[in-house]
Amino acid sequence: MSKLTLATVWLDGCSGCHMSFLDMDERLLALAEVVEVVYSPIVDRKDYPNHVDIALVEGAVASVDDEKKIRKIRAHTTTLVAMGDCAVAGNVPSMRNPIGPQAILNRAYIENTSAQPQIPCIVVPRLLPVVRPIHEFVKVDLFLPGCPPSADTFHTALTALVTGAPLDVPALTRFGA
Amino acid sequence: MSDAGDVKTLIIDDKEVSALRGQTILEVARENGIDIPTLCHVDGLGDVGACRMCLVEIKGSNKLQPACVTTIFESMEVSTNTERLQKHRRTILELLFAERNHICSVCVANGHCELQSLAQAQGVTHVRLPYRNPDLHVDASHERFTIDHNRCILCTRCVRVCAEIEGAHVWDVMGRGIDSMIISDLNDPWGESSCTRCGKCVQVCPTGAIFDKSKIGDPHPKYPDFLPYLNLMREAK
Amino acid sequence: MTIEELEQIAESVRRENAKFDYEVSVCMDLACASQGSDKLRDALVQIAEASGKKVLVRRTGCMGPCSHGPLVRVDPYKTFYGHVQSGHAAAIVDRLGGEPVPDLQCDLNEHFDSQMRVVLENAGYIDPEKIDDYIARDGYKALVTVLMEMTPNGVVHRVTESGLRGRGGGGYPTGLKWATVAKAVGDVKYVVCNGDEGDPGAFMDRSVMEGDPHRVIEGMAIAAYAVGASKGFFYVRAEYPIAVSRLTMALREARRRGLLGINICNTPFSFDIEIRLGAGAFVCGEETALIASIEGRRGTPKPRPPYPAVSGLWGKPTLINNVETYANIAPIMRNGGKWFFSIGSERSKGTKVFALSGKIANTGLVEVPMGIKLREIIETIGGGVPAGHKLKAIQTGGPSGGCIPADMLGLGVSYDALMAAGSIMGSGGMIVMDDTSCMVNVARFFIDFCRTESCGKCIPCRAGTAQMHTLLTRICNGSATMADLHLLEDLCSTVKETSLCGLGQTAPNPVLSTLKYFREEYIQHIEQKRCPAGVCKFEAVEVTA
Repeated sequence: MSKLTLATVWLDGCSGCHMSFLDMDERLLALAEVVEVVYSPIVDRKDYPNHVDIALVEGAVASVDDEKKIRKIRAHTTTLVAMGDCAVAGNVPSMRNPIGPQAILNRAYIENTSAQPQIPCIVVPRLLPVVRPIHEFVKVDLFLPGCPPSADTFHTALTALVTGAPLDVPALTRFGA
Repeated sequence: MSDAGDVKTLIIDDKEVSALRGQTILEVARENGIDIPTLCHVDGLGDVGACRMCLVEIKGSNKLQPACVTTIFESMEVSTNTERLQKHRRTILELLFAERNHICSVCVANGHCELQSLAQAQGVTHVRLPYRNPDLHVDASHERFTIDHNRCILCTRCVRVCAEIEGAHVWDVMGRGIDSMIISDLNDPWGESSCTRCGKCVQVCPTGAIFDKSKIGDPHPKYPDFLPYLNLMREAK
Repeated sequence: MTIEELEQIAESVRRENAKFDYEVSVCMDLACASQGSDKLRDALVQIAEASGKKVLVRRTGCMGPCSHGPLVRVDPYKTFYGHVQSGHAAAIVDRLGGEPVPDLQCDLNEHFDSQMRVVLENAGYIDPEKIDDYIARDGYKALVTVLMEMTPNGVVHRVTESGLRGRGGGGYPTGLKWATVAKAVGDVKYVVCNGDEGDPGAFMDRSVMEGDPHRVIEGMAIAAYAVGASKGFFYVRAEYPIAVSRLTMALREARRRGLLGINICNTPFSFDIEIRLGAGAFVCGEETALIASIEGRRGTPKPRPPYPAVSGLWGKPTLINNVETYANIAPIMRNGGKWFFSIGSERSKGTKVFALSGKIANTGLVEVPMGIKLREIIETIGGGVPAGHKLKAIQTGGPSGGCIPADMLGLGVSYDALMAAGSIMGSGGMIVMDDTSCMVNVARFFIDFCRTESCGKCIPCRAGTAQMHTLLTRICNGSATMADLHLLEDLCSTVKETSLCGLGQTAPNPVLSTLKYFREEYIQHIEQKRCPAGVCKFEAVEVTA
């Protein structure tokens, strides 16, 4: 039987979910027996593959680039998993929503900068007016809240996804866990 | 003393239980180990029936009734956890999460929050509704405590404990509908209000909205259990 | 005060009126007054005096067909003049005794003949600031007779017999409510009149309070006698300053005539009424919130039971009825319960006042027997939708009601029939919409109303209406998906079933009823970004790869 393909994606998040994912430690080896990581910040592949079985998405949708990515990922993925509170609920990145992107850019690039303060306008993607969880853009198949979800949560959830066993997410994790 | 006429029998979730006349469904259920979720209710304070989490179904009526203020009657049949109720409870929790800015991961009450644990218990893994993200302020003018309106669910426990138990009535509600706000005195900064600094509101606040400044960075469990005891001792005097 | 004394007053008013050959009644209600009917009256008085003709110029409350205002009725001919300005006064006086002024005359015979006026029987015939005018039209006869000849139980029985149901919207049997308060144990009981009319498009209660205030006071006094109360509160919204001043004056006059106060008509019955002003909160029309407001607290509802009939104002048994309900009491007492019971449909008795507004020829107040077909109200009495447009829907019951589509005009207007159609009777607002109205936008308007008027106490109403508004706005600006529509429907069910008071429980009705009858319109908005009525403006949606 061929391995399932797995992608992990990093949108507007702190990479903490990826760290927690790696905290599965030796269980990663067992996982690697049944899945193949085809796209991830930790593997060297630039383009999202044409077809992925399971995608774990960390981070909220905060920029036009994020939005473009999540729509593309959705189109090429069978099971889309919102990984962690940023992807599930917006979390810390969404704390800018009440004041808007301009205030944040000013604080980061103008007010707290002593030399040549300027807001970057090339290469860096434009920010969306509000940061939103990924399910406001695309259909999400599984939500794993937590900041970050624990390695145990990842292990149980991924095992269930691979084997098709039933999964009780609220028993594993919660917002802010 | 109660005579036989004061003892009623009823059925809650297929379990036969007995109760005293005048008791609420919530009291009887909890005495019998049946958990009905609540947010605005806290033992020792007057009930307002506002959060709608404790709604239950009563046989013979299509209308849902709040268990915290509905008194029992003989042969009543109550269901506390039907699919219909679960669906409504989840939606109400989602409404709360989307209403203000509840960022559990950075909240002082993370791990000790009734809203957070209720969401988990009711199986809310995400909020389908658009987040409103209102721009709300944090009042840290008080020397010991802070109120962060981003985390307030308007349960009015603080209002009631301050008025009913402390007798100071510093807290109240201002505005209407979605713009309702908890205020101290006549919308004065908390630090400049007539607050007696008793801290009862901190202990009854179910979320991280009202917290003790000294607990920032530490676990901040709340202890509202003192209320029934306080009431008992006051009545005994 | 005795029946004989009332008769004497009535006789003297009639004698006074008989001195005149002509009566010219000028509607001075808000709609007509805002178009200059006060100047018109002054001009009529002046010109009539100068003419030497014996003309009685009378100020009256709302006559009904507001769209023709300022309105003037000339008696004994029953001629109606519409859109009258002060410049027309000379022509009107001049033609008295001859042919009517042709340009001004409006034919309202069919409009009035198809109605049945009980609550509005005095509308347009009395000066609301003169108690004697009211007495001359059988006013206070019912109260005096009741006090002289009937037991409180007898009064309750007669109201029960009449089949009258609450006119504030709920349709609760009035007799049953009175009987409950009458039986409730308490040394002090209260009677409250709910004049906090706040539905968009509803102005029945205002017109009754302004045009015939004594009728409501008489009804309250009879109610107080029936349930054993000695104190009444008249809760009027502060946005009705004319109603407040007319009521204040009416109460003073009633006291002066000994119809309110201590030992009324030399019986042991004492009763007086205090006016309390609402501060502009729609939710205070809900009875438990109204009680909180009268008590001086924040106007928020409380879970029921306990019902106000058992524990109301300051914990005492309290009878709360709507203005129009009280306005029906005196005729019921005068003509008997069986008379009232004989009017109307099977389970909805008597008449109902509706405030017709929107896309209809004769906007204003109409009073019809219950059970009348919607078609008759809209086409015969209302004069139909102005030419060039097609009737689309009729909104009844205000923000708690729903939209009834044009193909259901055969519906008989009663509590149960309207409920079955997904709307409610409500307090009597009736907004007529034609093909220029977008039903999604209408639903959005009412949800916006509920959102701003929610008191904020319970979560489903406070946050639910705000979320519903967001979703409806998305549909209206073209950014919604079908998932949003399903979410909206899901929210409707939670807000309806879990809200604390009637405001929240009924807030989804405008959405649910438009979804029931106009679902296609929602889908066109979402899938084709098209508003069939051309109301909604769609934003350019950014296309992302």
